[in-house]
Amino acid sequence: MIAEAGAFALILALALSIAQVGLSLAGRVRRSAPLAGAGEGAALAAFGAVALAFAALMHAFVVSDFSVANVAMNSHTEKPLIYRVAGTWGSHEGSMLLWCLALTGFGAAAAGLGGGLPRGLRALTVATQGLLGTVFLAYTVFASNPLARVLTPPVEGRSLNPLLQDPALAVHPPFLYAGYVGMSVVFSFAVAALIEGRVDAAWSRWVRPWTLAAWSCLTVGITLGAFWAYYELGWGGWWFWDPVENASFMPWLIATALLHSAVVTEKRGALAGWTVFLALASFTFSMLGAFLVRSGVLTSVHAFAVDPTRGVLLLIILGVTAGLGFTLFAWRAPSFAKGGLFAPISRESALVLNNILLAAATMTVLLGTLYPLIREAMTGEAISVGPPYFGLTFTPLMVALLILVPAGPLLAWKRGDARGVVQRLWVALLAFAAVALLTALLVAPRKVLGAAGVGLGGWLVVGALTEIVERTRAFRVPAAESWRRLTGLPRGAWGMTLAHLGLGVFVMGAVFETAWKVEAAEALQVGGALDIGAYHVRLDGVRPVTGPNYDADRAEISVTKDGRAVCRVHPERRQFTVDGQTTSEVGLCYRGASHIYVVLGERRPGVGAAWLVRAYWNPWASLIFLGPAIMALGGVVSLSDRRLRLAVGRRRERAA
Amino acid sequence: MRVRALLAALAGVLCVAAASDPAERLADPAQEARAREIFRDVRCLVCQNESIDDSEADLARDLRLIVREQVKAGRSEGEIKAFLTERYGEFVLMTPSFSASNLLLWSGPFLVVLAGAVLLFLRLRSRAPDAELTPLEAERLRALSRDEAS
Repeated sequence: MIAEAGAFALILALALSIAQVGLSLAGRVRRSAPLAGAGEGAALAAFGAVALAFAALMHAFVVSDFSVANVAMNSHTEKPLIYRVAGTWGSHEGSMLLWCLALTGFGAAAAGLGGGLPRGLRALTVATQGLLGTVFLAYTVFASNPLARVLTPPVEGRSLNPLLQDPALAVHPPFLYAGYVGMSVVFSFAVAALIEGRVDAAWSRWVRPWTLAAWSCLTVGITLGAFWAYYELGWGGWWFWDPVENASFMPWLIATALLHSAVVTEKRGALAGWTVFLALASFTFSMLGAFLVRSGVLTSVHAFAVDPTRGVLLLIILGVTAGLGFTLFAWRAPSFAKGGLFAPISRESALVLNNILLAAATMTVLLGTLYPLIREAMTGEAISVGPPYFGLTFTPLMVALLILVPAGPLLAWKRGDARGVVQRLWVALLAFAAVALLTALLVAPRKVLGAAGVGLGGWLVVGALTEIVERTRAFRVPAAESWRRLTGLPRGAWGMTLAHLGLGVFVMGAVFETAWKVEAAEALQVGGALDIGAYHVRLDGVRPVTGPNYDADRAEISVTKDGRAVCRVHPERRQFTVDGQTTSEVGLCYRGASHIYVVLGERRPGVGAAWLVRAYWNPWASLIFLGPAIMALGGVVSLSDRRLRLAVGRRRERAA
Repeated sequence: MRVRALLAALAGVLCVAAASDPAERLADPAQEARAREIFRDVRCLVCQNESIDDSEADLARDLRLIVREQVKAGRSEGEIKAFLTERYGEFVLMTPSFSASNLLLWSGPFLVVLAGAVLLFLRLRSRAPDAELTPLEAERLRALSRDEAS
């Protein structure tokens, strides 16, 4: 019964989305507030209906109702509750429903919070959001219905891929989807502005909080995914340039570019066309990601196995929505005002350079992901584009960008003073030199590029702090005055500093871990040991344990240094009872920001029971995940800035 | 100093204990390190986007064996890669070749930078970069207005 109610609610949501489009458009054309208001009401109701459908599906998963095909295919009664809940979005159909939930949720938020917007722009935004909702809900209802029943329900379900049964991965998709789909509001805003024919400072101010919210969620989502890969796949790697990782990374890069270009449009009225272009591109890349993951065109660990018809449908949705958006752009954008002038050395120029480099980086990722497909389709020859390609293209572009980052915020608008900026950045420059030199001298084996990379992280961290020091005029005015300035700093400034600081922390961790990680592997008998750096890793024993839906061999491993106990880890090798898949549960020992990472491998046949044990010393690995967390925090802090709250816009409009 | 000792110890380990399966390992650490370097650029053909350095698949093991044998026989990285490409096609290498058919792949990102730079240059030049007066002009204007005032 509940599943039917959910299926009905899903169809109702589709009807409400169609009504949302019609009513909002009519409201705009007739300039009728009641009609536009009805459109907003429809947006809220559509969200409510999808939420009901989502709750119905979640209920089916929790109670293991195997008469629902999707539950039978992706769940199992023995699975722990958290993974039964997470199973709701663990499959293609369920994740499409999550996508629709986020899409209508953001539509409802735009309708509910858009009070400060001019009526016409607001109605068109709600209409466009409704159109996106209609398209994706229609796809979900007709081609990927997660609530469809089976005639003869099986007694037991087929379970979720054991690799995905993990706490980080349970919450990874909701964040990722909030990020992907959050860009839809930005897309709708852009379409509305193009139809209205006006992009101004106010428009950029409305776009920024939505971009920030989506960007922060996407940052968290990608980081959770990387962390999952780090400790679940058991190779000690965290980023593989896997096509699906790339699919989530492209919208992130574009959103980052958009955050920066929107500042120029807001403060200086320049780059309006480019900002709108990025706003359209960000959601286009989100949709491209959705298509790539679900179409079966990619070979990837993450790809959903889905039949090609559904992929083609998604490609059509992508082509039509993005095509309409960009056609509208080509038609209307040339009429946009060019905005303020600026000198070659100015904050505008720095932000334009940021955008050029981020666009080129996105191009790298796009080519690296799609070029093998294109070339295979055209010539029939298969090629691989792996990590070395990105090392040769993406990395130099990023290095150029990272060098620029601390300078940008210190440059004045319109015309900056290059020498002044260099003077103010001398501490950061010193930090770069000191960190790089110390790394080169102290860390063996000596790696010049690695040392320079860690130094670059120092440059970013100190450069970000320099911005705060400059704003508070610390060390130049009395401390009380500096303190007053510090507490008076807008949250937006703190947000930017945190984001740049987090980037520096990430760079330090990523470079250090990549350059100086150490691995060791031995076939160990109980009592045997291997050495990794100064650490002595001893296999004390292996015993069988029984989990809720798996049997495992659990190793008892003690780590010592100079004879003193450091920690004990318990890596496991799990054999899932339902589908026979084996996964490894990594044993992690934290030493400051560094990790000792121990994996229990297979049992070696032969005389005596020997186990393959792999150990990695991953120096500074925590920073890799801490950095993006700080960046996302920066996004949230910036989002709480008074100036970005839409209510302020509303008050201002009333006063005017 | 403790840091330094630790890191020195780590460096020692790096050469001896190159990971992967100890049963497959080559006796000579230098050769083993070279083999591992090559593994990272060879794709496990049946896997999903993994190099043979990461993969536990049987085919990856076979490929590792081939590479290790050839390293042991003293063949260079280029020779080994050429051998693999001949046998399995360009697909087997993680790095796409610098060939005419991959021109767009390699140059695309830098074309974007170039296009962006040209656009920025045109934008900066399109009108006088600044409406403000140069110091010389300001001086002349001041001189002129002084004339008027007097």
